[in-house]
Amino acid sequence: MRGYLAAVRIALRAIVRSKLRAALTVLGILIGVAAVVIVVALGTGVRNRILGEISGLGASSIYIFPQSTQASGLRRRESVRMSEADGLAVLKESTSVAALSPFSSTSMQIVAGEANVATQVMGVTRSYLSILSYRVAKGDGWTEADEQLKAKVCVIGETVREDLFGSSEAVGQYIRIGKHPFRVIGVLEKKGQSPFGEDQDDRLLMPIGSFRSRVVPSAPGKVQMLVAAATSERTVDRAVEQIDRILRQRHEIAPDDEPDFVIRTQAEFRASQERILDTLTMLLSSIAAVSLLVGGIGVMNIMLVSVTERTREIGIRMAIGASEGDILVQFLVEAITLSLIGGVMGLGAGLVVIKVLAAALGWNMTLPVSAVVIAVGTSATIGIVFGFFPARRAAHQDPITALRHE
Amino acid sequence: MLPQSQGVAAVLRDEPLIELASVGKDYTTEAVVVRALRHVDLTIQHGDFVAIVGQSGSGKSTLMNIVGCLDRPTRGTYRLDGLDVTRRSNDARAIVRNRLIGFVFQGFNLLPRTTALENVELPLVYRGVGVAERRRRALEALGAVGLADRLHHTPNQLSGGQQQRVAIARALVTSPPLLLADEPTGNLDTRTSYEVLGLLQRLNRGGITIILVTHEPDIAACASRVITMRDGEVRSDLRNERPVDAAVALAALPPSGAESDERAP
Repeated sequence: MRGYLAAVRIALRAIVRSKLRAALTVLGILIGVAAVVIVVALGTGVRNRILGEISGLGASSIYIFPQSTQASGLRRRESVRMSEADGLAVLKESTSVAALSPFSSTSMQIVAGEANVATQVMGVTRSYLSILSYRVAKGDGWTEADEQLKAKVCVIGETVREDLFGSSEAVGQYIRIGKHPFRVIGVLEKKGQSPFGEDQDDRLLMPIGSFRSRVVPSAPGKVQMLVAAATSERTVDRAVEQIDRILRQRHEIAPDDEPDFVIRTQAEFRASQERILDTLTMLLSSIAAVSLLVGGIGVMNIMLVSVTERTREIGIRMAIGASEGDILVQFLVEAITLSLIGGVMGLGAGLVVIKVLAAALGWNMTLPVSAVVIAVGTSATIGIVFGFFPARRAAHQDPITALRHE
Repeated sequence: MLPQSQGVAAVLRDEPLIELASVGKDYTTEAVVVRALRHVDLTIQHGDFVAIVGQSGSGKSTLMNIVGCLDRPTRGTYRLDGLDVTRRSNDARAIVRNRLIGFVFQGFNLLPRTTALENVELPLVYRGVGVAERRRRALEALGAVGLADRLHHTPNQLSGGQQQRVAIARALVTSPPLLLADEPTGNLDTRTSYEVLGLLQRLNRGGITIILVTHEPDIAACASRVITMRDGEVRSDLRNERPVDAAVALAALPPSGAESDERAP
């Protein structure tokens, strides 16, 4: 092919000649590309935020729930066993478990003076705070002695503090839970909402022994759940294997039988969240892609008009020696140029919108380089795909008919 | 002036420029076959100035399109400059048009909103000639048709005669051996027609072969060979030993302000 540069010049001139029409066509592509770019950036923004929050929950944390097993459709065990002793055994025998806390909770109305509020009351050990990366902002956590003595002390979340004490000092005050007054010895650092919209500051923590004896009377050592932390994010899988083996042994469950417990990890949860986010991003991207498609159809439409309008010009060019390839390239370059202008401007518009959104939402939104490449590549592809049919139509004109065209 | 003055290149070869053998062309429209050309045998030598005349529907335009490689004959063979172009691919024919043929049309057929210079450069663009060389040759061609002072005018800033001269410059810029003019004076007044004809005669004296389609006897009288078409066949093929010199005819015209107005509309 001779002179692509000449083809580009011809294309630019044709575009400049019909400015309004070209501008509207470019707008179609611009909106499409901007939409894709924004959706991709929003997707990564949401993703960063949610996954960051999940990591904030303790990336190496492991949850062990009891599960009632069934045999021939009948419950095999009357009551599910999950005890503090199980936890202690795991902590002692597993090399990959760094920390472990029993966990039991209930939703309760708690009272302080005139104020009362419903919150989640949790019985745990001190390890729980480190496993889920809670920090005591004011006052202190409880001591081992408190745990052994089943002391009536508690640590409250920021939301509970706000609701019960407002602006006055909370540490040292008493909260009535059921019949018993508990002394507030610490306030947790604010953690905000969890990825599931749960307020992680709306809770009250106390030693598990105190919980069992004074909040929800239950058998000694019995817990609802065990929360553990692997020694690192990489050892989570090994920790799970070890916990499984230890608990099977303790609960006398054969390796092939269904266990009476379930082990869930933050990593698994993170993976499932990632799948959901990926699906969501895909869905939104496809919607944005539809607008890109519509923009492409706009290009095709305008190119068809352009070819019809310039039939005579095509005839003249053919008569003086333009080959079909020359004509094809001329119109293809025109379509690609329109699309690329739209693509680059759409990228620019998208980046501006992302900046504004990021500032408004306070999110960390990044546009991956791949998205930039895809946006520009897609618009060029649109030019080729949607420009090809009109360009081919132009190239296949019969020179005589084209010359006679008015 | 000799009626068959030939260029150096043409003298050196003995084969004719154009050879049509038993050429016919049918158009099929809604199950009706129109025989636009029935049977044409025609030989045109290098350096000739041929006028093809005939009523509309006589097949002269069809013949012109075939000679110009814009259309393919249904029957027969066409050799241009020794090359059988009948069954060449479209792209090969585009190259033939670019290298061997210059076209001049009744409606001028310049690209609108494009300067005279760029219009003239266009065939060289498709030939892949570099920018500087293109510019040089276009300037030369425009100079040859007397439009060196109208380089950057667009067609709508030029009069009909000037537009046709730009078209002739565009046809000449590739130095083709053959120039096809399809009713080149059809849209021009008498004075301008003779000016354009004078230019064509001057080019012909320089060696270029010219085939001119017209229905005006006055115009045909300027050619050295007149072929009359009728019902898709050649009716007569006469050599004109004393063609009218357009420059002389122009001088003989009564001076007329209105007719000679060459200003742009």
